[in-house]
Amino acid sequence: METQYLPASGLLGSAWLLVVIPLLGAAVLLLGGRRLDKIGHLIGCATILLDFVLAVALVAALAGQPDGEKAVTDTLFSFIPVGELQVDIGLLLDPLSAVFILLITGVGALIHIYSVGYMGHDPDRRRFFAYMNLFVAAMLLLVLGNGYVVLYIGWEGVGLASYLLIAFWYRRPAAATAAKKAFIMNRVGDVGLIIAVFIMFATLGSTSFADVFAGASGLAAGTVTALGLLLLLGACGKSGQVPLQAWLPDAMEGPTPVSALIHAATMVTAGVYLIARSAPLFDLSETARTVVTIVGLVTLLYGAIVGCAYDDIKKVLAYSTVSQIGYMFLAVGLGPAGYAVAILHLLTHGFFKAGLFLGAGSVMHGMNDEVDMRKFGGLGSKMRITYITFALGYLALIGFPFLSGYYSKDLIIEVAFDSGGALGWILGGGAMLAAGLTAFYMTRLMVMTFFGRPRWDKDAHPHESPAVMTVPMIILSLGSVFAGFILVNVFPLGAWLEPVFGPEPEADHVVAPIVVSILTTVVVALGVAAAWFFVARREVPIRPPVNVSPVIKAARANLYGDAFNESVFMRPGQWLTRAMVYVDNRGVDGAVNGLAAGLGGTSGRLRRTQTGFVRSYALSMLGGALVVTMAFLAVRFV
Amino acid sequence: MSDLPFLLILMVLPLVAGFGLLAVPEDRHDLIRRITLGVSLVVLVLAVFMTVAFEPSGPRFQFVQSYSWIPDFGVRFALGVDGIALVMILLIGLLVPVVIGASWNEGADAGRGTGKTGSMRTFFAWLLILEALLIGVFAATDIFLFYVFFEAMLVPMYFLIGSFGGPRRQYAAVKFFLYSLVGGLVMLASVIGLYVVSANEIGQGTFAFDALRQISIDPDLQKLLFLGFFIAFAIKAPLVPFHTWLPDAGAEAPIGGAVLLVGVLDKVGTFGFLRYCLPLFPDASRAFAPAILVLAVLGILYGALLAMGQTDMKRLVAYTSIAHFGFIALGVFAFTTQAGTGAVLYMVNHGISTGALFLIVGMLISRGKSRTIGDYGGVSSVTPLLAGAFLLAGLSSLALPGTNSFVSEFLVLLGSFGPYPVFSILATVGIILAALYILLMYQRTMHGPIKPAVGGFKDLNKREMAYLSPLLALIIVLGVYPKPLLDIITPAVNATMADVGAEGSTAQAGNGGDD
Repeated sequence: METQYLPASGLLGSAWLLVVIPLLGAAVLLLGGRRLDKIGHLIGCATILLDFVLAVALVAALAGQPDGEKAVTDTLFSFIPVGELQVDIGLLLDPLSAVFILLITGVGALIHIYSVGYMGHDPDRRRFFAYMNLFVAAMLLLVLGNGYVVLYIGWEGVGLASYLLIAFWYRRPAAATAAKKAFIMNRVGDVGLIIAVFIMFATLGSTSFADVFAGASGLAAGTVTALGLLLLLGACGKSGQVPLQAWLPDAMEGPTPVSALIHAATMVTAGVYLIARSAPLFDLSETARTVVTIVGLVTLLYGAIVGCAYDDIKKVLAYSTVSQIGYMFLAVGLGPAGYAVAILHLLTHGFFKAGLFLGAGSVMHGMNDEVDMRKFGGLGSKMRITYITFALGYLALIGFPFLSGYYSKDLIIEVAFDSGGALGWILGGGAMLAAGLTAFYMTRLMVMTFFGRPRWDKDAHPHESPAVMTVPMIILSLGSVFAGFILVNVFPLGAWLEPVFGPEPEADHVVAPIVVSILTTVVVALGVAAAWFFVARREVPIRPPVNVSPVIKAARANLYGDAFNESVFMRPGQWLTRAMVYVDNRGVDGAVNGLAAGLGGTSGRLRRTQTGFVRSYALSMLGGALVVTMAFLAVRFV
Repeated sequence: MSDLPFLLILMVLPLVAGFGLLAVPEDRHDLIRRITLGVSLVVLVLAVFMTVAFEPSGPRFQFVQSYSWIPDFGVRFALGVDGIALVMILLIGLLVPVVIGASWNEGADAGRGTGKTGSMRTFFAWLLILEALLIGVFAATDIFLFYVFFEAMLVPMYFLIGSFGGPRRQYAAVKFFLYSLVGGLVMLASVIGLYVVSANEIGQGTFAFDALRQISIDPDLQKLLFLGFFIAFAIKAPLVPFHTWLPDAGAEAPIGGAVLLVGVLDKVGTFGFLRYCLPLFPDASRAFAPAILVLAVLGILYGALLAMGQTDMKRLVAYTSIAHFGFIALGVFAFTTQAGTGAVLYMVNHGISTGALFLIVGMLISRGKSRTIGDYGGVSSVTPLLAGAFLLAGLSSLALPGTNSFVSEFLVLLGSFGPYPVFSILATVGIILAALYILLMYQRTMHGPIKPAVGGFKDLNKREMAYLSPLLALIIVLGVYPKPLLDIITPAVNATMADVGAEGSTAQAGNGGDD
């Protein structure tokens, strides 16, 4: 797959505006202060709408390029030039980044508009739109960067925006803690990504996509595998994949439009983008790809199992996101057969999950910000538009035939089986099982929220949301219905992405696609039926039942993911920190003082007399110097 | 124009003004402030002019001046700057006016029951004298002259801490002074040793850096002389385990003093590594490098963990600096162009971001009258501008891309990865810890419900905005476009790496072959 990156010219040379427009929006909104409070949301929406128009124009221009010239780069300026290291800030517009800029600006614009209503009563709405604009700018930089360093800048930029938005209601300690947790766990992943960048420079002398991909085939197999695994670590952090998944459900502390845009449709899929973008590296390491598929499988099952046990509507959707991104990881891990499929699921998921979150936000909006589904029920009749759009998103997510999720998820399960061998059966079987679990937890959510008898608090007066919120929901629900069909049959995504990933290999079917389809549909139907049987047929208790099986207990405790982090990292870390503070105060400093006191025989008055100081510090210095000198001389380095 | 003795003017101006202040009546506060600020701004303008006039591809040392001083011992009053010294002088020029703005009322209430003894006049006089001596220590190209400045700069800092500091200022000032003095004495032995060596090698004793750089010294002797310099610089920097004076000094110093102490004065240590240890003792440097790198990485992790455990905001910032100095030392002793350039840029960036962090912590303390983190909470709701500034400075401290510190930290880690992958990876783990200590402090002070003591806080006033905004702007500007500084620093680092005999003076291990 030899793709030439051509220099951008004409309209294609204005991709930088995509990043700069929302960045300026964020700067104006933040620096403008209170005097912009009245029009802040309009500025925020205008920049993203403008961006969307520009993105459409750019993608149209790119589509008009002749074959083989569908990848253009634009070097903006020299960023870090030091000797051999020449890092430029430059952009790459190719079919893959084109798909992302449409998703980010399109869904982004809808969610910005929705937020005008959703955040209407918040005194800090201007600040909200500033952070949202900042996010869009960083996310666009992430997907448009023409090398790993530029990608990393966007990568950390979205992390910052995510931090700011999770902590948007920072007076609530839970929100502040969740934001910090998200940033820290992302940083753990970032260590992997940045070390991968170091290895690229050490072995190839460059960090740009063009150079790295061109030189990849000359690298030792172990190096490529290491690169793959380090990039995977970064991807796991950003995308909430096991073992770095714990921050994503907590991130629901942020306002719901944030959950829709950042923690469902765009940012959390950056890990999938990273691996897909690095396809030329992953193509060379089967080990790395296999680990990616296993991470995907474990995560998709983990998210689906935990999602069945939660009562918080946003947390169920969050675990669903964890699980669905697991599907995408599974697909990208399958290599050339799976890249385009993963991106397809990423897009359809972007539509229906964003729509579901906006729907959940609409429900909360009408229910005094309640998130406990045990206090919902019977809302279908009170909010018709929310109900219908949410139901369409639900059907798309569980893979109801011919809706969006049906196309993308079925394809993933199919290519998983097709990957062959025992692993193929495990991956395919696991993904199919999780489809059943998905149907279960989503039906449970639907039933508890919209069906049955009302279990509302006394002061709840559910009502439909204003048009500024429902119109974006309607548009997203249309996407939930038709996106899959369109991207498979009308504008085939696979063909569009071929310049990036190469031609899709001829499938060597282990199980006939029609069989996979039918089986999956049966499993999904079983999941729906189970939810109907266990949830809908009986009264939903206002309080969660206490006497439950160990499995449900474990699922309620997110399979002890948080408990593990606390007992393995947090508490030992706190203990270590305290111990070291003690040692540094009383040990390192105190020992020299004490030693000097003992030798000088002035222990009691040491701190009062300056002569005591002189002696103690002179001694400590000489003592320290002596120790270091001896250590240096003892260790003979060449 | 460039024939003017710029460096001499840069030193003499604040020195004369500093002593001149003593002629101004003590209660003429406004006059004192204006003179001090005016002088420091002139220094800044001159430093900027020098930076613009400096030719990166020209001779290693520029703006060279040399005057006979003690001819009997070959000591000359010789000045000159390479790219490394130049950016440090620029940093001094930048930080001193900022510190003056932050210390606007320092000593104004002397003798009125505050327990502080110093007057405003003495504070600003010491500040200007300190500026002169700091410029001198970076501009000296004669090692004896360097030594004189190295010791002399302790005096004004001693008085700034001892007369204007917190409750334990005496303890902290004496501790600071003695640690530094002992280090300086060890260095003096090596300075004299160098003189003797030069007398033997070239027949005539000299302290001139360029002459000393060119003589080859017996490797075993090099090690002894190296250690004399190294210990002095390691105390100054400071590296673990020589660090215990810094948290006390940083916490007790007045905010302005703390900014200059950690932002500039400590950098003399890491500057000394680059200017003296590496070029004069290349064999010893290479021999000791792995051991020093162990100390550097230890410092990164140890400083970060200790920062996390602090309850005192100023001590916390001081401990973060210990971690940051670990990064700088890692960059210096990795012996690659990228890591070395990163280390020098780190020295500048750390002065800006930690300077800003100290200033903002100082603003909080001036409002809440407490250094304890637990006494604050929910400040973000009350003073959004202060909180925003705190966040930006904090993000720079944790090296977020888009801020200045990212570039330097990236260069240090990337440059050290080639020769020392394990150290580089361990140091990279430090970026997780950096996020922890910054965000923990930020959450505890800024987020959460508003504590009663915090309710009456006023947001940034015009003066505070005026002296803080240049630093905040530079955090972004140098984070997006660091090239002008890199272009000045890289040739000087290349020359230093050539002195120490680093192979190819680049981190690249494999062959590029792709361009």
